[in-house]
Amino acid sequence: MFRDLQVLEGKSLDISSARSLPGCSLDRRSFLKCAVASGAALGLGELAHPAAGIPSEVGQQKQDDARFTVEAKFYQKLQNLKIKCKLCPRECTVGDRERGYCGVRENRGGTYYTLVHSRVCAAHVDPVEKKPLFHYLPGTLAFSLATAGCNVNCKFCQNWDISQTRPEQIPAEYAPPQRVANLAKQHGCPTIAYTYSEPVIFSEYLMDVADAGHEAGIRSIVVSNGYIQEEALKTAYGKMDAVKIDLKAFSESYYRDVVTGQLKPVLDSLVTLRKMGKWTEIVYLVVPTLNDSDSEFRGLAQWVKTNLGTDVPLHFTQFHPEYLLKNLPITPVPTLERAKAIADAEGLHFVYIGNVPGHPAQNTYCPKCSRLLVERVGFTASQMLIKKDSCPFCRHPIPGIWHT
Amino acid sequence: MNQIHIASRRDFLKRALTSAALLRTTGGAWLLTAAERGAAQAKSKVVIAQDALLRGTGFTVDSRRMLSLVDRAMQALFDRDNPIEAWRRLVRPGESVGLKVNTLGGRGISSNLQLVEAICERLQEAGIKANDIVVWDRDSGEMEHAGFRVSIGGNRVQYFGTDRVDYEQDLVMHGSVGSRLSKILTQRTNVLINVPVLKDHDGAGVTIALKNMYGVIHNPNKYHPNGCDPYIADLNMLPEIRTRMRLIICDATTAMYEGGPAYKPEHSWKENALIVSQDPVALDYTGWQIIERKRAQMELKTLEAENRAPHYIATAADAQHRLGMNDPTRISTVEV
Ligand code: SF4
Repeated sequence: MFRDLQVLEGKSLDISSARSLPGCSLDRRSFLKCAVASGAALGLGELAHPAAGIPSEVGQQKQDDARFTVEAKFYQKLQNLKIKCKLCPRECTVGDRERGYCGVRENRGGTYYTLVHSRVCAAHVDPVEKKPLFHYLPGTLAFSLATAGCNVNCKFCQNWDISQTRPEQIPAEYAPPQRVANLAKQHGCPTIAYTYSEPVIFSEYLMDVADAGHEAGIRSIVVSNGYIQEEALKTAYGKMDAVKIDLKAFSESYYRDVVTGQLKPVLDSLVTLRKMGKWTEIVYLVVPTLNDSDSEFRGLAQWVKTNLGTDVPLHFTQFHPEYLLKNLPITPVPTLERAKAIADAEGLHFVYIGNVPGHPAQNTYCPKCSRLLVERVGFTASQMLIKKDSCPFCRHPIPGIWHT
Repeated sequence: MNQIHIASRRDFLKRALTSAALLRTTGGAWLLTAAERGAAQAKSKVVIAQDALLRGTGFTVDSRRMLSLVDRAMQALFDRDNPIEAWRRLVRPGESVGLKVNTLGGRGISSNLQLVEAICERLQEAGIKANDIVVWDRDSGEMEHAGFRVSIGGNRVQYFGTDRVDYEQDLVMHGSVGSRLSKILTQRTNVLINVPVLKDHDGAGVTIALKNMYGVIHNPNKYHPNGCDPYIADLNMLPEIRTRMRLIICDATTAMYEGGPAYKPEHSWKENALIVSQDPVALDYTGWQIIERKRAQMELKTLEAENRAPHYIATAADAQHRLGMNDPTRISTVEV
């Protein structure tokens, strides 16, 4: 059906800047309501709903908006004004006036720029459990933000309308690092979370915000696909206080066909994070028929045990049909339970089931005495019994960052 | 802020349905007789119209000479003695025509302004209302850098980028491609005239007609791996593009044999030509050969030797796509 089309002189169409994010209703309009309602409840005005913040800056997103354009940190200059990006393993070779695969980095006359520094297209105050990070300051809030863009193209992406887009195509706000730190503090968030799209591609901004946050006593966490080069990982994620990695599957073919990426560099990132001593949790989205075999679950659990240890939390989460994968059903709960049973049997201590409200495997239990330690209802920690980083019943140490 | 209501839903729907019905009966060969269609299916015609004096003694393209070059090309393509008749083989009064230009390369190598004006002039003479013609690309700012003046509203030809209207909310998919389409394509126009440039591309090999459709979608950056293959072919399969595409007028007044897609004056030359066809694959194949000849003349390696031959052209012609001919024996090249 053709629709009327209005062309605006001097401005883009006035569309909502709020984006659908996991945990809220998933269509844009519903999300806007959700963002505004939760923003109002939290006293969050500026970033949750741009109309209440800096409306004049929303709408016309100029490609050459200098405020957002900062020289990239990880790249190499080549002949003929080309560059090679060294941020993620894709290593895009980018000619003059062109962009890399992620769409947020542009070669201008042989110098490579990020176009998304301080260019926040989604912001929200979320429980940290929503990331999900279950062993990191349970019951606290994370001031969560994203820019446009992503360095992969997962066919199931829930946030494709911000991750698979160019920055000038969606409204954004100018949010320099100090402002983010102030807002986080103002909203009672001990943590800033880089999330929703793919923080690898806004590494320069993430680093600057983390610095501003740390100066203000605010920590930083990143929710990432881990598809990043080692040097960039050490430099950028070195500034993080905790990391959640989406390990999308345990096979290269899935990474190639469904993610448009590679598994090996992600596994390497997990090992590097381990060596760096970063608190890390892993999420594995179980997609029916594509990455849900016993052998894959077992291979994953064995790899985690061997390379990262048994104390790394592993979350098996439920898939919902989205984006380019609408032909598959929601992951059946028994599949998730099978995954958990396999990982438990391999000896992992903290295996969770996610996106299934009310499931007992959302809770944390002591691996020694099996008593309930953290009870979760939805995205909230309703009971938190861990004391001095240990089980209060048997004194077994429980790994994580439990207290501010 | 000036808000212009471009077309009523009913008007547009009526036009869209009419043209969709016509397209169903005629396929891509718009308003051709059965004999002509049969011939068209046997061989694809590509017209190369050249004028060594297109710029006179100066740098700027002469508008009058350009108009006559367009006329020559269109008359040769449609076998007509009169240019307006040729255009009437292509469009009907009441249709909305989009000219998808390519302005990424700035003033140095973008779709030529005089060429676009000549096309618009002839379209109007063929019965298309001025404000039913939209000259567009992805970004108004880039269009202005290339020399076009954004113009919205009034009874004149419209010039603006997708940034002014956004992309469709919903994804369209074919094969490897899942994208949001420009609303200029989907809602503002029902005929697409593709006006690309002829140039080298560091990843794809060449960028001519098929690749110009990257400017129609919101996420072209996702489709550059593997020399854009099969992404370019898959993208051109989208019904929204395929059913609207009636003509390609490739601007080869200035072309580039190396260093693209950004403008590199040292690798450009004045070909002073137009390449015109209704078959984007045949046109791309022909354009690619022109670039290879120039590369050979400049003692550069072939694109194949540089491991960046435009394999997407063959993909576009394969049994899964059938977007046109890439077999030189089935391309009839006419030079005028
Ligand atoms: S960060 Fe972006 S530009 Fe850099 S290599 Fe990865 S996808 Fe390419």
